[in-house]
Amino acid sequence: MRPLRLSAVTAAATVAALTAVTGCTEKSSAKGGDGVIEVTATDTTCEVSKKEFPAGHVELAVENKGSKVTEVYLLFPDDRVVAERENIGPGTRQKVTAEVKAGDYRIACKPGMKGDGIRQDVTATGTGKAVEHDPRLDKAVAAYREYAQEQADATIPQVETFAEAIKDGDIEAAKKAYAPSRVGWERTEPVAESFGDIDPKVDVREDGLEDGQDPEKDWTGWHRLERSLWKDGKLTDHDSALADQLVKDLQDWRSRVGRAEITPTSMANGAKELLDEVATGKVTGEEERYSHTDLVDFKGNVEGAEKSYELLKPVAAENDPALAKELDKQFAALNTLLDQYREDKNGYDFVSYDKVGKDERKELSDAVNALAEPLSRLAAAVVK
Amino acid sequence: MTDSTEIEITESTTMTEGTSRAPSRRSLIGWGGAGLALGAAAAGGAVAVATTGGDASPAGADAGAPVAFHGAHQAGIATAVQDRLHFAAFDVKTEDRAEFVRMLKDWTAAARRMTAGKAVGEGAYGGPAEAPPDDTGEALGLKPSRLTLTIGFGPSLFEKFGLADARPEALVDLPQFAGDNLDRARSGGDLCVQACADDPQVAVHAIRNLARIGFGKVSVRWSQLGFGKTSSTTPEDRTPRNLMGFKDGTRNIAGTDTAGLDKHVWVAGSDGPAWMAGGSYLVARRIRMHIEPWDRASLREQEDVFGRDKAEGAPVGRAKEHDEPFLKAMLPDAHVRLAHPDSNNGAKILRRGYSFTDGTDGLGRLDAGLFFLAYQRDVRTGFIPIQRSLAKDALNEYIQHVGSAIFAVPPGVRDADDWWGRTLFSSTFSSTKGA
Repeated sequence: MRPLRLSAVTAAATVAALTAVTGCTEKSSAKGGDGVIEVTATDTTCEVSKKEFPAGHVELAVENKGSKVTEVYLLFPDDRVVAERENIGPGTRQKVTAEVKAGDYRIACKPGMKGDGIRQDVTATGTGKAVEHDPRLDKAVAAYREYAQEQADATIPQVETFAEAIKDGDIEAAKKAYAPSRVGWERTEPVAESFGDIDPKVDVREDGLEDGQDPEKDWTGWHRLERSLWKDGKLTDHDSALADQLVKDLQDWRSRVGRAEITPTSMANGAKELLDEVATGKVTGEEERYSHTDLVDFKGNVEGAEKSYELLKPVAAENDPALAKELDKQFAALNTLLDQYREDKNGYDFVSYDKVGKDERKELSDAVNALAEPLSRLAAAVVK
Repeated sequence: MTDSTEIEITESTTMTEGTSRAPSRRSLIGWGGAGLALGAAAAGGAVAVATTGGDASPAGADAGAPVAFHGAHQAGIATAVQDRLHFAAFDVKTEDRAEFVRMLKDWTAAARRMTAGKAVGEGAYGGPAEAPPDDTGEALGLKPSRLTLTIGFGPSLFEKFGLADARPEALVDLPQFAGDNLDRARSGGDLCVQACADDPQVAVHAIRNLARIGFGKVSVRWSQLGFGKTSSTTPEDRTPRNLMGFKDGTRNIAGTDTAGLDKHVWVAGSDGPAWMAGGSYLVARRIRMHIEPWDRASLREQEDVFGRDKAEGAPVGRAKEHDEPFLKAMLPDAHVRLAHPDSNNGAKILRRGYSFTDGTDGLGRLDAGLFFLAYQRDVRTGFIPIQRSLAKDALNEYIQHVGSAIFAVPPGVRDADDWWGRTLFSSTFSSTKGA
């Protein structure tokens, strides 16, 4: 179950107001005022009583007239969640409230709680200056959010496979499942890190533990299990508990991706940060010091950075064509170099990093620097 | 041992043994230097020196002043030796000649600004908040500090960009010398930049920003910090001491010795190739000093090894540092004797080395020594014969050459439209993209 949370507002629902809303009539407007929008959800439609409303306090009075459980979202144009309500059963009413500034928004109903939902564009009017959005950037952010969600969604079964192998005491199977379970995370790490609390639980290395934390008791996540598998060479009940905890923590991550603060700038900076991750953790072989699967993480980081760039490219290329050209070139160069370390260009079976010599590591590092330097200018090119 | 080389190679060839009564070169040069300094001051105002020649800043010049970047020769060779060094060798990463040339132009523009005490590009602040600043910022508020930036091209560069025919004959691959224990990771390089300044932070800032501009085009191969000069080109100044505690570079070529520079340092037009006219050849050697054993050597042994006394720096049997050495009074394997031009067919090189300590060697000792830098008109008649003759140097017991590189140092950047390497790249053509 996903945690119920309203990002922009208190959810202090007033039952009295709820009872006043009787459906798609206009009755409620007398009580709820201009800020109330009736939302009538069915299995195939998402009707709203008005498409314009004053900025400020807004209330979505939702009635589910369909046969499926639904969700209703109030979204920014880039798909960031303003407010949401999940688990609205057939024939029930719920309400969603938020404080909104003037600007464009969307209301989405998700019958069956799946997919992008059925959407309605709405506008909050007011004297306050609406945030100007380049629709291309909104699209980029929305697409990136979708990508981040896909990565999280796809990670869960992979990590469950990994966890099952741990719990079965099957070291070989667990080793095999380890690196693949991390790819989605590595691709979108800046999003996960923006939550602050998840990364230290799932991706911390022993040297990253805080003062006073005991590696044997307080260290959780992938790298603790990595150590059990490759260094300790044995699995205990503690590892099983850690595996369960890892799945749980990553499910939490998955449920929160939709609420991450994502902006064009944060996408661009996130891309740069992914290269920083490569430069400080992977190129040095510190990230996967026991499994030596650093190149898998490396590739994941680069893919995630490239995704951000590709989505921002229409705007970046217009504002700074030379930068876009350089980024195209350097992404291609780095990917070509990485391909030398795997047989199957579509697979993630990379050479073990302990087999990668000093000169080769320098070559990789040079390629990372060559890409990271222009990538550090992407954010400015996007907001120019 | 180069270090040794460094120490005394520049003994005058013109003076014969036993002529200690003759006026010393030092006093002559001192007068000359003073005259030139006055001229420069009169002509150039506050700027230390902006001549077309050796750019020797007058001794005692303001350590914060700028040194002219433009000139017939690159600054940083005959220029009065600054206190600090950051030297970096780079490997070329791009295969695109036009892109490399563009980088050289970008480097030149940055060097022009930094040597004038200005920040790179649009500066270290005030730009768009979303973008990293052009300049890294650590030199903000610091004086120009006589920063000089000197570029050189290594032999391996000429294997790229269709430059093979332009490689000077004098840019030889250095032979293996007796006692060499070279670390490949601290040797060679397609190109180099020598940054000298009186403030170490100014020198490091310069290399760092050039490396940053170079990402994707070049990559730092190795770099070396030097904290104390071990030679000067201003003989009127007190001679600096190396880490062995001896005065070093007593007879170095003075920055004001135009004739000596022309004869021993600058490549003449007739030497060829044409693009090197006004340039020089640089040999860089990282010389580890076994300072702990050295410090246990008796004073007599130390002085015998060098052939000079420790306090004054006077040659054996002489009273004063600048007295002409009487080589035959020294032991046959004394460093000064072997490095002296008289022992090397008159070979002289301009030394510009710096002391270094790079942490420890992991064995409880300092990783210390001399980063030897020598400029010359032709290494085949300069460093190579001298270094060969040092094969039997007594000093070899206490030093070891662990890094080595050689570079062709092109002539100076003439004006605001000129750029590093123009003479080379505009005299050659590429089958791919022209420059």
